[in-house]
Amino acid sequence: MPRYFTDEHEWIDVDGDVATVGITDYAQGQLGDIVFVELPAVGTAIEAGKDAAVVESVKAASDVYAPITGEVTEVNPALEEDPALVNSAPESDGWFFRMTMADSSQLEGLMDDAAYKDFVASL
Amino acid sequence: MTDHDAEDHVEDLPLDALPLDAWHRAKGARMVPFAGYEMPIQYTGPFGGIVAEHNWTRESAGLFDVSHMGQLLLSGPGLDAAVEAVLPIDLATLKLGQQRYSLLLDEDGGVLDDLMVSRWPDALYLVVNGATKWDDIGTLREALPDDITLNHMDDYALLALQGPKAAEALTRHVRGVEALTFMKFGRFTLAGHDVTIARAGYTGEDGFEISLPAHAAAEIADLLCAEPEVKPIGLGARDSLRLEAGLPLYGHDMSPETSPIEAGLIFGINKRRRRPVEEGGGGFPGAERIIREINQGTARKWVGLKLDGRLPAREGAEVFAGAEKIGIVTSGGFSPTLGAPIAMAYVASQHAPHGTALDVEVRGKRLAATVTPTPFVPHNYFRGS
Repeated sequence: MPRYFTDEHEWIDVDGDVATVGITDYAQGQLGDIVFVELPAVGTAIEAGKDAAVVESVKAASDVYAPITGEVTEVNPALEEDPALVNSAPESDGWFFRMTMADSSQLEGLMDDAAYKDFVASL
Repeated sequence: MTDHDAEDHVEDLPLDALPLDAWHRAKGARMVPFAGYEMPIQYTGPFGGIVAEHNWTRESAGLFDVSHMGQLLLSGPGLDAAVEAVLPIDLATLKLGQQRYSLLLDEDGGVLDDLMVSRWPDALYLVVNGATKWDDIGTLREALPDDITLNHMDDYALLALQGPKAAEALTRHVRGVEALTFMKFGRFTLAGHDVTIARAGYTGEDGFEISLPAHAAAEIADLLCAEPEVKPIGLGARDSLRLEAGLPLYGHDMSPETSPIEAGLIFGINKRRRRPVEEGGGGFPGAERIIREINQGTARKWVGLKLDGRLPAREGAEVFAGAEKIGIVTSGGFSPTLGAPIAMAYVASQHAPHGTALDVEVRGKRLAATVTPTPFVPHNYFRGS
């Protein structure tokens, strides 16, 4: 299952026409201790590059952008009880939401794992 | 991913390095612009992170570099009278070895800064906020007579050692320091250097603030962090600790737009200065408004708020009583100690009594909040055994 990354430090797993979205390990490290994740409601239409979720750390609130355009089909219920999952397992159990993909060609502008590693190393 | 909250930038000025800049980086600090300097917001590694650093300070002892703050020494003939014309302090009651909280006010009674004043032999030592120190120096130079000398001790660093085990750790290096009580200070020798140590801080915990020559800062920071009780702590935890302790932050919880009476800082106006002018009171900038507000009250008041749920309300969030907007949050975040969001706000005075149920709006959602006495987490100062 291919995984793509954005330059805003979101990751996206693509399985058929369903995409799973979260934030990267680098992102959680920058945010610090996460105390609340505000997820979009199921059914919300979200647009690539626009606000999709908000992460609250002890220090600040940060926007998470939609990596692609589509509709939210499922949100991670575990984050309500345990938002620190985003710190401990950002790229697995700490996923944010699943969505449909309106236009799979949007994936072409995203990075693969190697390109994202290089991108983070350059920061 | 984008942060909403900017740090306290002083825009368009080159950032200066503090004496411990390299020391922080070697300890894995993440450095951010703050008050015109690059400062450690938190440290990385297994013991780093704001919550871990916060909890370590509450349970053991943390070392904070607060060298960005301004250390000023005032001296000269008629010093007390000259300073009393500028600050609402009663210097007749400030004895050698004592430190006291005071306020720098403008002519309208707005808060230009909050500061500590200590009685040294033949001098008064002031610690002012980092972001305001250059303005403060200008204000003081202009307001004080020419024969009062203002020495900016910019070759000195300031370290705060805070937490229930701070005294235990520091006593191993400084003989006699355990005898100090809260808001007292003395001259001591630490690793062969002459230092000034006050029993004070900004976390609500017992602890010390150590003024020391900048060239000795790294050596002394290493010495203290070699103690098993002590770890370096960044600005992020400093902010969450002071928030829990109910201690206001200049530029957020008070500013030139707020009076100290609205801000609940009446203790910064010493008793003799609160009297009517004809009874020997007043005589400081903004006195007319301050004394009127002490007697007549203010339209709004600074309060603590506890929020339901887990979503924090940040500075700028609006406060409602029913449909009516009645206030604004000035500081807010998640309390690691309480495991819940807390905030400080100005609200219309009729909504300020403890227990009042209010709402705070965050991104269009109303969060239930209750006016709560501060400190949110009890202070643990050492006032004598």
